[in-house]
Amino acid sequence: MSDFAVTLRDLERRFGAFVAVNRINLDVRRGEIFGFLGPNGAGKSTTIRMLCGLLEPSGGHGTVAGHDIRTQREAIKRCIGYMSQKFSLYDDLTVEENIDFYSGIYRIPKAKKAARKAWVLDMAHLQAHRHTRTGQLPGGWKQRLSLGCALLHEPQVLFLDEPTSGVDPLSRRAFWDLIYEMAGQGVTVFVTTHYMEEAEYCDRLALIYRGELVALGTPGEMKERLMTDQVLCVTCDRSHEAMGLAAAVEGVRDAALFGRDIHLMTEDAVALAPRLRRTLTEAGFEVGTVERITPSLEDVFVSLIEARDRADGAQKEFSA
Amino acid sequence: MRTPWALNPRRLAAVARKEFIHVLRDPRALGIAIVLPIILLMIFGYALTLDLDRVPLAVWDQSRTPQSRELVSRFEGSRYFNVMAMSGNYEEVSASINARQTLMALVIPVDFGRRVGSGRTAQVQVVADGSDANTTTLALSYAESIVRTHSMEILGEKARRLTGHPLTLPLELRLRAWFNTDLESRIFIVPGLIAVIMMLITALLTSLTVAREWETGTMEQLISTPLRSSELILGKLAPYFVIGMVDMLLSVLAGRFLFDVPIRGSLLLLFTVSAIYLVGALSLGIFISAKAKTQLLASQAAFVATFLPAFLLSGFMFDIGNMPRVLQVVTYLIPARYFVTFLRGLYLKGTGLTQLWPECLLLVAFGALMLLLAIQSFKKRLA
Repeated sequence: MSDFAVTLRDLERRFGAFVAVNRINLDVRRGEIFGFLGPNGAGKSTTIRMLCGLLEPSGGHGTVAGHDIRTQREAIKRCIGYMSQKFSLYDDLTVEENIDFYSGIYRIPKAKKAARKAWVLDMAHLQAHRHTRTGQLPGGWKQRLSLGCALLHEPQVLFLDEPTSGVDPLSRRAFWDLIYEMAGQGVTVFVTTHYMEEAEYCDRLALIYRGELVALGTPGEMKERLMTDQVLCVTCDRSHEAMGLAAAVEGVRDAALFGRDIHLMTEDAVALAPRLRRTLTEAGFEVGTVERITPSLEDVFVSLIEARDRADGAQKEFSA
Repeated sequence: MRTPWALNPRRLAAVARKEFIHVLRDPRALGIAIVLPIILLMIFGYALTLDLDRVPLAVWDQSRTPQSRELVSRFEGSRYFNVMAMSGNYEEVSASINARQTLMALVIPVDFGRRVGSGRTAQVQVVADGSDANTTTLALSYAESIVRTHSMEILGEKARRLTGHPLTLPLELRLRAWFNTDLESRIFIVPGLIAVIMMLITALLTSLTVAREWETGTMEQLISTPLRSSELILGKLAPYFVIGMVDMLLSVLAGRFLFDVPIRGSLLLLFTVSAIYLVGALSLGIFISAKAKTQLLASQAAFVATFLPAFLLSGFMFDIGNMPRVLQVVTYLIPARYFVTFLRGLYLKGTGLTQLWPECLLLVAFGALMLLLAIQSFKKRLA
């Protein structure tokens, strides 16, 4: 058995002329929490659906738990758990009826059935609500029940497609505790998200943008190595107006607002700092601190995506 | 690699159980399943009758003689007419027809009694509302028959008086309609109605079931599991099969006890063939549902694909023999046609497999083909 839960080679998916996933290569190790990040429409869900055997790839190869995603889809379905973006249990069935249904679909052995059901109810904290119609549960609870149903048959690989979208922050934290627990038991977790703070929880990350893999690595690696730019953090009054001015200062590659701070991407933060302070003060802004900071993951992704956009733009100009 | 036809009973049972719960908790589905067939039975059994009974009749008797009253009493005594108004002039006659109080008027001239009494030919006039051609044609033929019979009686009476012997006619017609002695259209309609009800209800119900799962997103979850399409489709059929058989039983009971339609053939055969037809109708609904993917489209498609042909082209309402040649050929493709033929044969003539085997065989083929199509049509794929 290979050490990898998921391997992808030149995986591609086109919808007509639109390339949703463009030749992606990556490997996910067993037991890893692998984060798949990118803005909406980047191709995250399309990739996850190909891995789960819901969509046929247009090109390339891939394996999940050692099975080929083209030819052994049904074998894959027996050893994965999948939670789609949309809540997909039956609202008119009770909590217990939903669990029983999936328990039948996955053919949980009779001897284990009761124990697995109790495990799901415990895990989702739904012991007291086993006879409640699922439609009446709050969002975070439904999410936990979905996760429980996807884990009923103790899959080797768990695919979660934006599992926490629309869930309050407290439930989101609790949900990630469950994901850690699963990973601790050796389950590989492949999770897509667009919450940056969730990306920090992952062992490794892949950033996907317009169907292409832009970056791959641990969160730490991303912050240290993939970031060629330095980040200058400026505190200032009327930061929104000041940003427009700062962006025009020579040496500033990009400017973005983070709360009331302005983050400036530059190649040389030390040289830029005094120049910037001067420009802003002369324009009548009250400038507080101007300091170089360690970039956050969000800085990294904004910088990577904008670098990609610049490269694409240059290529377009060149070909035109 | 196992074939897609293989079945796991536990997965099948899990789907069937879930579908039963869906139906039991959905008041709309229960309404379609139980209330709609009852409404259809009432409409077709009571309201819609092709027979003409008690045509409302206006009479303007200008003669006012024993002879004219005799003729009017013939109309009154007939079950086909009901004298609603005695008019005094043409205005009243035409007013009552215009108001749709009466459909027909009998006008007896002043000299009627005198002419009949003296053995000369007397004229009577029948005025009818011709706007509904079918009904009027039928009513006119009843009227003609009453007048002719009465005129024969007058002739016979005259002959008896002159010769002392009753008049003997050279020919005598003895009418006997087999299987439906009273020629009641109810007896003819109710068995065919079973075919229409079963097709409509089941296709309407099942057409929603797969499309609903695509719409709510639960299908995406299902196809990420090892569930096979055969297990899904058969599991989904199970509760609707039970509903279909309950509707069938309901129709049979209503036919027997409410409408007095006798069942002359074997009950076992009736239920067996109905079950086969039901599987075909249910599978057709599932097939439509799997192809349509939205509930709205599916229910409309189901209506067009099932109810209309079953209603119009099965021979249930309109005689296939009277249709244009092209439509007649089309009816061979409508399974309800064979089921209607089977039902009428079994109900009214009491015939069994010896005569009805071709219909039964075609229905088995229909059921099997539809089931196959339904299972094949369902792809465990998103796009």
